[in-house]
Amino acid sequence: MAEFALPKNSKLTEGKTWPRPPGANNLQEFRIYRWNPDDGANPRVDTYQVDRDDCGPMVLDALLWIKAKVDSTLVFRRSCREGICGSCAMNIEGQNALACTMGIDECQEHAKGKNPGAKKTGAVRIYPLPHMPVLKDLVPDLTNFFAQHASIEPWLQTETPAPEGEWKQTPEDRAQLDGLYECILCACCTTSCPSYWWNGDRFLGPAALLQAYRWLIDSRDENTGERLDALHDPFRLYRCHTIMNCANACPKGLNPAKAIAEIKKMMVVREV
Amino acid sequence: MPSSPRPTVTAPLSPHLQIYRWTWTMAMSVFHRITGTALYGGTALVAIWLVALAAGPAAYGWVAWFFGSILGRLVLFAYTWVLLHHMLGGLRHFVWDVGQGFDRDKRMALARGTLIASVILTVLIWALALLIR
Repeated sequence: MAEFALPKNSKLTEGKTWPRPPGANNLQEFRIYRWNPDDGANPRVDTYQVDRDDCGPMVLDALLWIKAKVDSTLVFRRSCREGICGSCAMNIEGQNALACTMGIDECQEHAKGKNPGAKKTGAVRIYPLPHMPVLKDLVPDLTNFFAQHASIEPWLQTETPAPEGEWKQTPEDRAQLDGLYECILCACCTTSCPSYWWNGDRFLGPAALLQAYRWLIDSRDENTGERLDALHDPFRLYRCHTIMNCANACPKGLNPAKAIAEIKKMMVVREV
Repeated sequence: MPSSPRPTVTAPLSPHLQIYRWTWTMAMSVFHRITGTALYGGTALVAIWLVALAAGPAAYGWVAWFFGSILGRLVLFAYTWVLLHHMLGGLRHFVWDVGQGFDRDKRMALARGTLIASVILTVLIWALALLIR
């Protein structure tokens, strides 16, 4: 059932305001979600001032700057810093994105006029991916997310004996996978989905379903029927109500909502 | 061997509705739910009207008086909008169900269009109804 309010232990409190960097004259305020499993306190929102003249252009640059210069206890995931590993997915100015490919100016621009909170303080607000158990600060527990991906059996399944060389595919069949294979499993889409917020235990969510479609339309895969059977469920597939937050959030520009619609179409087509 | 004294804590749930930025498609999805639920009430209005019609002139007169009053007309005006908005929302979902209208501009236009068209149609229907009666 949909639980709109946050549980008692998850309610936000006002956190610490960290000192301004001395001598800086191009400051940008950041408001960042903090939670430490060791102190037993509720999550809090800390305020930081980042010296833009001393810091790179991306939100990840600012986080690294804070960690290096202001507060070494700030915890977040990051690795490739170029939008291919999917580690630094978080909620920036109300929308899920990768911190490494979201510019500080860009996310401010995004929020302009649309978010009174952001306009008032001019701060960039950063939270963990929404509606997830938090391990620490900006690090969510993605165990369920990856288990759901595994549940769609994301590998090639065949009946016919393996060919001498590779499994061949026409260029047209290969083109069917464009817009699907690029998914980096960052979880921006899945955790942006209100339907996933309310039913994440049973609804597979946009990322796993986009991956499911990637194998459903692969011309080499021979397990299409069983794959569709496994998805034929009021929750696993059909909790998608085309809210489209997934497509808005995807940092790779993919469209999980469309992939899900295509699966729903396949379900109908095979019955007629 | 002393075990680590670390207390077991329940992980908090990260904020969701509280912080997520609203988009047209998200808002219209909520509207579709709300109008769909409100239609239960609207259908009850139709049922009351039909029952009164079957029950005879006295009952019908009373219901006709209520629907004709300012409050009654406001309720019916709202019902008209709810019905049209839900109908247009249904058509929007139909477009998506056939696999069309998923591009960013198109999906936002469809969502916005639902709201704008439902308001325009509601006003048109009432203007027409008031003109011809």
